Amino acid sequence: MGFISRGFKGRREPAADSSRLPPGQYLVRDFPVLSAGPTPHTPLAEWSFTITGAVDADKTWSWEEFRKLPSETVTKDIHCVTKWTKLDTSWTGVAVSTLLEGIDTSADYVVAFSDGGYTTNLPLEDLVDGKAWVAYEFDGRPLEPEHGGPARLLVPHLYFWKSAKWVRGLSLRNEDEPGFWESNGYHLYGDPWREQRYWGD
Amino acid sequence: MLESELKVDGNAIGGLLREFFTVEMTAAESTCAGCGKVHVVGRVDVYMNAPGVVVRCPSCTNVLMRVVRGGGRVWLDLSGMRCIEFTDPEA
Ligand SMILES: [Zn+2]
Repeated sequence: MGFISRGFKGRREPAADSSRLPPGQYLVRDFPVLSAGPTPHTPLAEWSFTITGAVDADKTWSWEEFRKLPSETVTKDIHCVTKWTKLDTSWTGVAVSTLLEGIDTSADYVVAFSDGGYTTNLPLEDLVDGKAWVAYEFDGRPLEPEHGGPARLLVPHLYFWKSAKWVRGLSLRNEDEPGFWESNGYHLYGDPWREQRYWGD
Repeated sequence: MLESELKVDGNAIGGLLREFFTVEMTAAESTCAGCGKVHVVGRVDVYMNAPGVVVRCPSCTNVLMRVVRGGGRVWLDLSGMRCIEFTDPEA
């Protein structure tokens, strides 16, 4: 669908957009850059992705190996806890289910870890069955470092701080261990539709 | 956006810290729990385009302080700052 026909539909059915807007959010057209530290610039030759933690053996892919995995292109709405929502964002990456294939674990939780030291915690069930990806393209182009490239986690049904930029791996855990923001006020789960921004929400 | 546009210096959190500590804090001296270096608060690295304010050591990038405000509450993590020296408000 082209831009013009989508815009036309939007004017006729304004309710269609607001039904996609979680409580307390507003729409943006640009893609704001959020940053809690210096932007890492890890050379692709040194990049790897690892599944570790409560697993029999770690599983690691180099960048070259990772890019040979089956990829998917998805269009999703994203919701940042700083209150902006961006509709119809297009991402290409590897489904987390694909990465977890053949991994036997008793873990119920995951800590995603990133270059620069960022971490975020999620229930394992929120990362499988077509709910999460490790994305390396945005809008058909390589993901820029300021937006988390070479690769970031994409978990669009949760607030966007869960979609860790510069992600380098997933550590499977038996307990839910708060990540960078979750240990300092932000909600352990972060469902935008239930407005789970802060502890106790 | 350039990285330099995302990072500002500690003077940007002067107002915020004055609210919490009730005294001017930009001249306070913080000791990094990571590398042990001492920096004047006005000279630390501050990232504010984020879900909270993240203050980092200019020498080693260790997180010195995190501030989250929302829903009528404040969460202040100073675990990355071994010590902070500031003028005694009683003096
Ligand atoms: Zn330091």
